[in-house]
Amino acid sequence: MIVLQQLINGLQLGSIYSLIALGYSMVYGIIMLLNFAHGDIIMVGGYIALLIIGAGIHPAVAIIAAIVGCMVLACVIEKAAYAPLRKAPRISLLITAIGVSFFLENVAQLLLSANPRSFPNTAIIPTANFNLGSLNISLTTLVTLAVAIVSMALLTVLVNRTKMGKAMRAVSEDMGAAQLMGINVNRTITFTFAIGAVLAGIGAILYCCKYPQVKPTTGYLLGMKAFVAAVLGGIGSIPGAMLGGLAIGMAEVIVNALGYTTWADAVVYVILILVLLIKPTGFLGRTMSEKV
Amino acid sequence: MSERLHALGPKGFIPERDLDKTPVLETHHLGIDFGGLTAVNEFEITIGRTEITGLIGPNGAGKTTVFNLLTNVYKPTRGNILLDGVSTAGKSTAQLCRMGIARTFQNIRLFKDMSVIDNILVGLHHEMDYSLPEAVLRLPRFWRGEKIARKRAMELLGIFRMEDTAETPAGSLPYGAQRRLEILRALATNPSILLLDEPAAGMNPSETAELMENIRRIRDTFQIAVLLIEHDMSLVMGICEGIAVLNFGQIIAKGTPEEIRNNPAVIEAYLGKQKEV
Amino acid sequence: MKKRKQLSTPSKYVINAILVAVLLAGGALLYNSGALNRASKAVLIQCGIYSMLAVSLNICTGYLGQLPLGHAGFMAVGAYVGAIFWKATTAWPTGLTIILGLLVAGLAAAVFGVIIGIPALRLKGDYLAIITLGFGEIIRIAIINLDGITGGTPGLLNVPKHSSFLLTFLCLTAAIFITHNVIHSRHGRAILSIRGNEIAAESCGINLTYYKVFAFALSAFLAGVAGAVYAGFQGSLFPKSFDFMASINILVMVVLGGMGSMTGAVIAATVLTALPSLMQALSSYRMVIYSLLLIVVMIFKPSGLMGTKDISVSRFLEKLMNGELFKSRKKEGQAHE
Repeated sequence: MIVLQQLINGLQLGSIYSLIALGYSMVYGIIMLLNFAHGDIIMVGGYIALLIIGAGIHPAVAIIAAIVGCMVLACVIEKAAYAPLRKAPRISLLITAIGVSFFLENVAQLLLSANPRSFPNTAIIPTANFNLGSLNISLTTLVTLAVAIVSMALLTVLVNRTKMGKAMRAVSEDMGAAQLMGINVNRTITFTFAIGAVLAGIGAILYCCKYPQVKPTTGYLLGMKAFVAAVLGGIGSIPGAMLGGLAIGMAEVIVNALGYTTWADAVVYVILILVLLIKPTGFLGRTMSEKV
Repeated sequence: MSERLHALGPKGFIPERDLDKTPVLETHHLGIDFGGLTAVNEFEITIGRTEITGLIGPNGAGKTTVFNLLTNVYKPTRGNILLDGVSTAGKSTAQLCRMGIARTFQNIRLFKDMSVIDNILVGLHHEMDYSLPEAVLRLPRFWRGEKIARKRAMELLGIFRMEDTAETPAGSLPYGAQRRLEILRALATNPSILLLDEPAAGMNPSETAELMENIRRIRDTFQIAVLLIEHDMSLVMGICEGIAVLNFGQIIAKGTPEEIRNNPAVIEAYLGKQKEV
Repeated sequence: MKKRKQLSTPSKYVINAILVAVLLAGGALLYNSGALNRASKAVLIQCGIYSMLAVSLNICTGYLGQLPLGHAGFMAVGAYVGAIFWKATTAWPTGLTIILGLLVAGLAAAVFGVIIGIPALRLKGDYLAIITLGFGEIIRIAIINLDGITGGTPGLLNVPKHSSFLLTFLCLTAAIFITHNVIHSRHGRAILSIRGNEIAAESCGINLTYYKVFAFALSAFLAGVAGAVYAGFQGSLFPKSFDFMASINILVMVVLGGMGSMTGAVIAATVLTALPSLMQALSSYRMVIYSLLLIVVMIFKPSGLMGTKDISVSRFLEKLMNGELFKSRKKEGQAHE
């Protein structure tokens, strides 16, 4: 029974990681950028929701504001910092992404202090528990799973069944050829960032409901884990990101359950290193090799 | 009997002067698949010590893939390669370079930020033998090695009269000069066979003619073999002693320039099947 | 055409040696004269330590063309190994324990450099960056958890304060000397050629595995020595000083100075260390400014302050001897008109 309980916990955590990993994966798939700032967008989303609820406004408004806020922020970052470097070496792009990440983190620290603030999770999802025999499932867990499944289903439809989705797939396959076919590459890239950020915004709310506090560095470790999930699943692959997220969530819950809490973060990095060494393409990734 | 033995046979064609020596390069049943797709199959070629050989064929025939196989940039799926009679299986690209195979690239791959002479000095890496501590402490062996290598590099630059550009960054050279520098860099590694991937691409007819002369001169001076991929037929027909034609990854013809020019299979590969009138 | 006057190689070395000796002696005199207060002295030493770190990271980032994000991890290994060594050998003669401590610290870090360099062979670009970040974090988490040896989060205290002005700047000089001599040799050209084009480098007979691992090991070695100097200066070590933020700090210095320029690395490290200390009001904005600098430099001047160029005193003297300084200035003047 304990095993089953932990499994459910892992599923909840894993589905949040999946949502965030999708953002990394899609952006990497389209412009080969490891978007370091993605994790920090989550942090911003958490603060937006926290501040709006704190001001006594209805939580629904807070949720929408957080998601829209994340989306707008991601688009602004893309336009201001990444778009000018479209033709630059990838190392420049990566350094810029690190710069953006640190910028967001430090501005948050400057404006809102480094101390964690508690997140009003009960205002969004009321406390309620369901008991199935000795199994204890909270409402938060159920909502998280439901929201994650619906979001990923919608994303799959969007990517596979819509014109914009087709454009996204085309651009990630071959940017030059897509442009020649009349696809607006810049708009497609911005759109991809926006979709990733919407998922991050949803992930932010769900994460803060599970661990009800926000601090400027919230996004760093969360982003790191989600990125590892994306790599594990095979970067650039949407089902891969979902699978990777679940695997990382499970791994973390297992390590914690075994009592090695202080090593939990290190385990994530060890998994990352092992995956990269043994199968750099992850579970479902495609191989990319340089043409000579 | 002509200069060549069984021009279309598995042994290929070797000029008479090279016949009593081990061929510099020999391949047997060489082939590679990319995920079920056969890119090159049953590639058989034998190249004599000082022979200039052309590898021609329509776009996408697999010519550059053959170069990548010969230098182990791609690992062959089938067959084997003998360099100076020694199998190259399991060797790295860098080891093959030291065994005597050097190449240029279709899309120029110079070290753009480094100076022209430094590009050549990278090719001369193994000509110098001072160790790391000797470099750090600037011991006499370092100075001696560097001095000899620099002199050698300037001599190589002299082949194309490029001494004046020694200190300019390689990336700022004009296109033709970049191609020539790549040849010199390959030559610096002291190869026994030089693989040139479209050396005349982007050159005008007079530059091409000059290049042709220089390739022949390099062969004569260094007594090495040259295998070149080229689309410029005047160059191929002008300097190659033997030609192999590749289509869909298979050799469809081998022979002297005259034989190739009149080979119906070659004409068909290039122009498509002609209907009888 | 008249032959250009040139300095002979030995005279270049003599000039540089004299210059370094004068700078070191002058600095030491100033440092010990009492003209500087404690805070300025600390800033001076920190400038030396960070310059060393920037020079060492520049080997991987500037010359090899890779982007390791766990440089603070190498520094941490060196700092802890050096500190523990020094604490254990207080009974030994001071000179011997200092030199051995620095070497042991550097070698320990170099071992980690090799361990991290091996996966680096198989991975490129951002994958490499992320794997080094992972290693760096693992080192830090291990330091926190192995508190029996490292003191854990409360810190490793009472490290002998060996890092004088002279020791710090001698180490910096040695780091610059070694790096310069390696880069300007066949081994250095091999490293630079890997940055230029891996496939071409391999086709020229360059052993990619050897030179990549070597560059990582050298970079880690120097960072480890810098870490030991840091330990001998601070007198106490805390895992928090070696987090991802610290790695980024060093990266900013290299990027700003110009990836591939040692002079740039030293200048940027000095400026970025000295400025926030001199302007206390700025200190809370420091990281915000750093991160903005990274973005702005990448967008508008990706080559940084110095590009891949280095300042050379002997080249300057040669220009002076040939009257070229005046000439080039005149040319510039004409261009302005």
